[in-house]
Order: sequence, then structure tokens, then C-alpha cells
Amino acid sequence: MTAPTTSSIAAARTAPRTGPPEWLRFVAPIAVGVIIVAVWILLVDVLKVAPRALPSPVAIGENLVQHFGIILAGMQITATNALIGLAAGTIVGIVLAALAATLKPVDGMLVPIIAAIAVVPIVAITPILNTMFGASSQFGRQAVAGLAAFVPVFINVLRGLRQTRPVHRDLLRSSAANGFQTFRILTLPTALPYLMTGLRIASSLAVISALVAEYFGGPSDGIGTAIATYAKSGRSALAWAFVAGAIAIGLVFFLVTSLLERLVTRRRSG
Amino acid sequence: MSRRAQAWLWGILGVLAVIVIWELYKFLGPSEGFVVGAIPGETGSGVMLLPRTNDRAMPHVWDMVARLFASTSGGSTPPLWVSVVSAAAVTLGIAAVGWLIGVIVGFALALVMHRFKLAEWGLLPWIVVSQTVPLIAFAPLVASIGNQIDRGGTPFPEWLSVAIIASYLAFFPVAIGALRGLGSPDRNHEDLFRTYGVGALPTLIKLRLPAAVPHLLPALRLAAANAVVGAVVAEVSIGMRGGIGRMLIQLAGQGSSDPAAVWGPTFGAVAMGLVAAGSIAFLGAGLKNYRRGEVVA
Amino acid sequence: MSAHDSGAASSGEQGGVAVRAVDVGKVFPTKAGDVVALSGVDLDVAAGEFVSLIGPSGCGKSTLMRLIADLDPATSGVLEVFGKPPQRARLDQDYGIAFQQAGLLPWRTVGQNIGLPLELHGVAKAARIDRIRELVELVGLTDFVDRYPDQLSGGMQQRVAIARSLAERPRLLLMDEPFGALDEMTREHLQGELARLAAETQAAVVFVTHSIPEAVFLSDRVVVMSPRPGRITDIIDVDLPGPRDASLRESPEYFHRVTAVREALHGTPVERANER
Repeated sequence: MTAPTTSSIAAARTAPRTGPPEWLRFVAPIAVGVIIVAVWILLVDVLKVAPRALPSPVAIGENLVQHFGIILAGMQITATNALIGLAAGTIVGIVLAALAATLKPVDGMLVPIIAAIAVVPIVAITPILNTMFGASSQFGRQAVAGLAAFVPVFINVLRGLRQTRPVHRDLLRSSAANGFQTFRILTLPTALPYLMTGLRIASSLAVISALVAEYFGGPSDGIGTAIATYAKSGRSALAWAFVAGAIAIGLVFFLVTSLLERLVTRRRSG
Repeated sequence: MSRRAQAWLWGILGVLAVIVIWELYKFLGPSEGFVVGAIPGETGSGVMLLPRTNDRAMPHVWDMVARLFASTSGGSTPPLWVSVVSAAAVTLGIAAVGWLIGVIVGFALALVMHRFKLAEWGLLPWIVVSQTVPLIAFAPLVASIGNQIDRGGTPFPEWLSVAIIASYLAFFPVAIGALRGLGSPDRNHEDLFRTYGVGALPTLIKLRLPAAVPHLLPALRLAAANAVVGAVVAEVSIGMRGGIGRMLIQLAGQGSSDPAAVWGPTFGAVAMGLVAAGSIAFLGAGLKNYRRGEVVA
Repeated sequence: MSAHDSGAASSGEQGGVAVRAVDVGKVFPTKAGDVVALSGVDLDVAAGEFVSLIGPSGCGKSTLMRLIADLDPATSGVLEVFGKPPQRARLDQDYGIAFQQAGLLPWRTVGQNIGLPLELHGVAKAARIDRIRELVELVGLTDFVDRYPDQLSGGMQQRVAIARSLAERPRLLLMDEPFGALDEMTREHLQGELARLAAETQAAVVFVTHSIPEAVFLSDRVVVMSPRPGRITDIIDVDLPGPRDASLRESPEYFHRVTAVREALHGTPVERANER
């Protein structure tokens, strides 16, 4: 029997009184996934009531294996574009956020522009970028991915740079720390988790933007153009196999950045 | 000068700064762009680090504006800006329908997931994953289902397919935001309602929903912006006429003969996003009381 | 001091027992093992009696109050509120409650917050407005009835919380350190207000506090508790004559009672300054 303290009682109180057992936390989504696939196969293969554009998961799997080479090639193009966009957008986002945190005029001018960029369909500028950089360049797609990634990184890093608590700032000031020391000891570690959060959000956006941008012109490679081409020509199972590739890219980006975020925030006790 | 007036001023200065940078680069930059690693004789090789500055690739800002007032496609067609506004209105309307569907579905999902922990554990991972599936894959599927229903007797217009695809992008932030908001009330407040001996429904209406407003509003704004993107992309992939997506692709294709024209629908698309977000801000102003004492996220 | 004193000694205007606890215990299962928050609690609170629960951190005073309020279930023993199980008493709305954080809903005005329980229980609008007006006058906030909580000071928010707890004329008030977050001056002022209200409404009160002077000032009896495991160690009769007002705080009898409670809390006699 442990000695009750107010906090342990409070903690015990806030735990769910009743509820499903913890192990279901992992089983439930898997079960839902199995049900979805089962219903899918039922509709397509057994009952044969599905529209032509919805192929059987079995057919998708077959196409995935058969055409793995071209799918992988397409994945490489799109993933590279997303990665370059993510990297460039992150760097620019950090630099501009640092500038905005220090110089009020920069902050005043940038924040409304970025708030506007955050709500407009960024992919709509792909045709213009393709004209500016040439229709055979991947740059248009990379730039769109970069722009999409830049926004959440900027917003989160700017917020993080401003999150230092007054009590900590007072502490460093009373210890006669200079600007650089304060930045290194306080501001940077405080902002780091926010950067990771921004990175996680930006990674999914970069992948989707790089992919959707392919639909607005540019070279005829990449997963997006493949999906569009095969969907239009009726080879829907192959199109869906490419979609599987796209999901894989999205998941990898998301998992890596989520892991990074969790590693960084775990060390903080907050 | 008031804080808001100052903020607007800085915003306008920012836009002016962008215009100045554009024109400055056009003035100083290389007309064929700056390419690294080009192989002579092979067009399109190498990496172009700086864009071309000739008038075809980068029209002057004043050319873009002037083009808006010239006729859309020669002859007696209305000025470009009129076509852009009507196309934008079409797409915005469809996006609004998509937003509404997404909000309803997202909110319903959040209610179910909040009420049944098992539902949250089972569904939430899939909802998160669903946002990594690119739009394009669904567009032809939804369009063909729509066609089938249409041929089967019940009318299913093309724009409805676009709206459904837009709703797919819109439902995710609403589901997440509403779920967070429904679970956000203080433990104290939940205890209070428990002492009043009322069931889950009055607690939902009088406590959780008002408490959810500060979480819902940013989610609704994000959903609106997503619905706009979804509508534009869906239009392009279905090939729907009359919307701004198609106009973008069409005028981009005429880029060599009419370089400034494609900027018209581009500005239109930007304006659409701003209008969508602005209308949510308008909604938020009406819900001002429910945001008192909120922590600014 | 027998913990079985059923409070027949105190007011008991309406007769009857507000709260009866017999060998009540509460165990919380946690990842680190079972936490015994309460064990062997025997307590009777008579109708109209003001009882304080006082003790150090972890003694179970808040837990006991939550058991009475049916916010948590007891794991052993018998607990009755007005002769009914706590759940029945809660559903019958036999008590009003106030927490340490005022717990006002930020999107409702003062008036709407006070009227919340009435609204939830379907009281007609006209009757609601009348009752709210009464209550707002009772706590002296008539001019603030249309303000929002973020426009009020901490003390005013607590007054609203108290008014809300009185909305349905409960026979029992449960209060969990309602003045804990306030400064001393506001605290003393509100203690006077609460004593007045309790006397006027003749409600029984179970009042959890950290403050010895507060417990003595307000109560008919002070229940001293201690932790490891949470239990009642002593019940002190506060037999102070006259109304509970500012002059009471300077009386020698008051200081004697405060000392008695302090000694009970420390478990040993306290050396008095004038006896050194």
C-alpha cells in the first residue's frame, strides 16, 4: 500500500473509471482495418456490385507486385520532390521565423502574408511556376512542396521562439547572461519541440503538395501523373497500386518526423 | 494609430515588398534563368536555380493587372476579371457544399469517438491515415459512381462529385478539432454537471459544445481552406467545366501566346481562399462570447 | 472524544441527520499499487450543522467530500445522505456544491451561471429570473449580474459560485476549499458572508479547508483528519456563543478553540507563548 498524497489521489481520480482494456488500443484499429478490407472484397469480388473504378484489393495487390518497377520509379520522383521541398521550406521557415522574432517590421510584413498563404490553394500556382522554370523542370513541384512546408514550420518556430517563460528569462537576466548565451541556453531548447511539431505537419503537406502539383503540369513522371493517366484510361487497379505507393511515402515521412518529435519532447519535463 | 490599422498597414507593405522584389528580380535577373549543370544541346537539362525573367515567363505586375481588364478570349467576350469572378464563384459555391458535408460528417464522427472510447481507438488512426491518400485517386472513382447513379435515374450532377471530394479534405480537421473540443472542459465543470444529476445530452449541449468552440473555429477555418483546395483539384481531375480549376489549366496551356492571362485565375484562386477563411472569421465574431477566457492556441 | 457523537448536541432544528458515515473507506487502484485514501470513517452531520474537515495533504478530506457528493463511490462502509445512498441524494438534488476553483462557465454571465442548475432542472424562465435576482442580492453582486466571469475578481467569482450552490435551496452544502485561492482579506470577508448565509438558509454544511482559523470561525464542529491512511483522528466541538462576526476573531474563546484544533492536528500539546 503506497502512502496517499493529494497528487496521487488526483491522478488516480483522473484515470478513466471504466472503459475498454488497454490492449484494445492496438487491436481496435487493426480490427477496423480488417473489417474494411473484408467488406471491400465482399462488395467487389463476391457480390460484384462495385463500380468499375473501385477494383478489388486482390487486383491492386497483383498490380503492385507486377509493376513494382515503374511504381518505385514514380515514388522516387515524387518522394525526392517532397524531400527537397521539405528541406528548403524548413530552412527558409526557420530563418524567416528567427528574423520575424527579432525584427518587428519583418514580423509585421510577414505574418499577414503567411496567414494568407496558409488559406489559399498553393497548388494553383504550379502552372505559373512551370512557365517560369520550364515545363521539363521538377522545380515547380518542389517549390510548391517547399511553400506548403514552409508555412507550418514558420508559424510553429515563431511561436516556439516566443515561448520562453518570463521566470526563466528573469533567471538568466539576473545571472548576467548575454544575448547569445540566453539564446543558446533558453530560447533554442524552448523552440526545438515547436520546430519538431512544425516539421511533422510540414512533412505530410510536402508529400501531398508535391503529388497534387503533378496534376497541374510539368514533366510526365511522378506518381500523380501516373495515377491520373491510368485512372483516365480505365486501368484502375494499376492506378490504385500507385496510390498505395503514395500512401507508403506519406506514412514514411509522417512516421519519421513523428518519431523525431517524440524524441525531442520526451526530454522536456515542461 | 490603432493596433489593427497598424497590422493592416504592415500587411499592405508586405504585399508591396513582394511586388518590388518581383520587379527588381525581373530587372536584374538573367533572361534565360540561371541553370546549374546544363548539358549543351539538351534542352531542359540541369537544375534551374533562378527563373527566367523574360516577359513570357515573368510578366510585369502591371501587365498582369492590365490583362484582367482585357477581354477573356478576344472579340466580344467579357473582361478576364469577370470570367475569373464567375468561375471563382462557381468553385467557391461547390467548396461551400463540400465544407458543409465535411463539417457534418466530421462532427458526427467526433461525437461517436468521444462517446465511445473504443470507437476513438479504432477509427482515429484510420482517419489520420486517410489524409495521406492523395485526392486524385478518389476523383475518378467518385465521378464514375456519380455517373452510375445518374444513369440509374437519380440525378447526380458533376459538381456533386467535386463537392464530395472537397468534403473528404474538409472532414479531417473538423473531426480532430471537435473531438479535442468535446473533451476539453475542466474536470471541475464535468464534476459540476455530474452533481446536477443530468445525463450526457444536457452536458453535451450546455457544457461540451460551448467549451468546444475555441477548438472548433480554427478547425472550421482549416476545413474551409481545405475544401477550396479539394474543389480546385477535383475540378481539374474530373475535368469539370465552369470552375476556376479548369480555367487555370486552360490559360496555362496558352502561356506562350498569352502569358499574363493565367495570373487572372491564380489571383482568383487566392481570393477564394481568403474569402473562405474570412467567412469563418465572420462566424467566429458572432460566437465571441464562447471564446471568453480561452487560451489563444 | 468519541467520533460517534451523532451531533445531537448541536442545532438540529429540523431534526434528522444530513450525513451519516459508518466505517467508510475508499481505496484507489493505481499503477503503483492501491492507495488507501480513507479508512474507518465514522461521522454524523446533523441537519443545519456546520462541520469542517481539516488536515494535511493526503488525509482524505476532499475524498470524503467527493464520496458524499457521489463524485466517487465508496469502496467500503455505509454512507447515507438524508437517509439515502449518495447517488439517490445526488439525483434528488439534495445538495449544492462549490469547488476551490469557482468553476464558472466562462461563456455565461453571472446571472446565467447562477441559474445553471435551475435551467438544467427545467425551472420556468420567470421563476428562474426571480430566484437569480434573490441570490444575486444575497451575495451582494446585483450590479454585476450581466458581467462575464473574466470581468470579475477571484473573490467575486467565488461569491457567484456560492450563490449558484444555493440556487435550489439545498439542505446540504458541500464546499471543497472554496476560499483557498483567495487573499486573506477577501477570505475573512467571505467567511463572514458564508456564516451568515448558512445561518439564514439553515443548511447543513460540510466544509473542507486547510486553514485552522477558518475552520474554527465557521463551524459547529471541526473534524481533524490525518493521512497514511486517511482517517478521522479527532472531532472538536466549537462551542462559541453569539453570531459569527468580525468581533469573534478577537475573542479569547476563539483562540482557545484554534489552539485545541492545532493541538489535535499536531498530535501533541502546543507550547503557548505566554507560558514560556
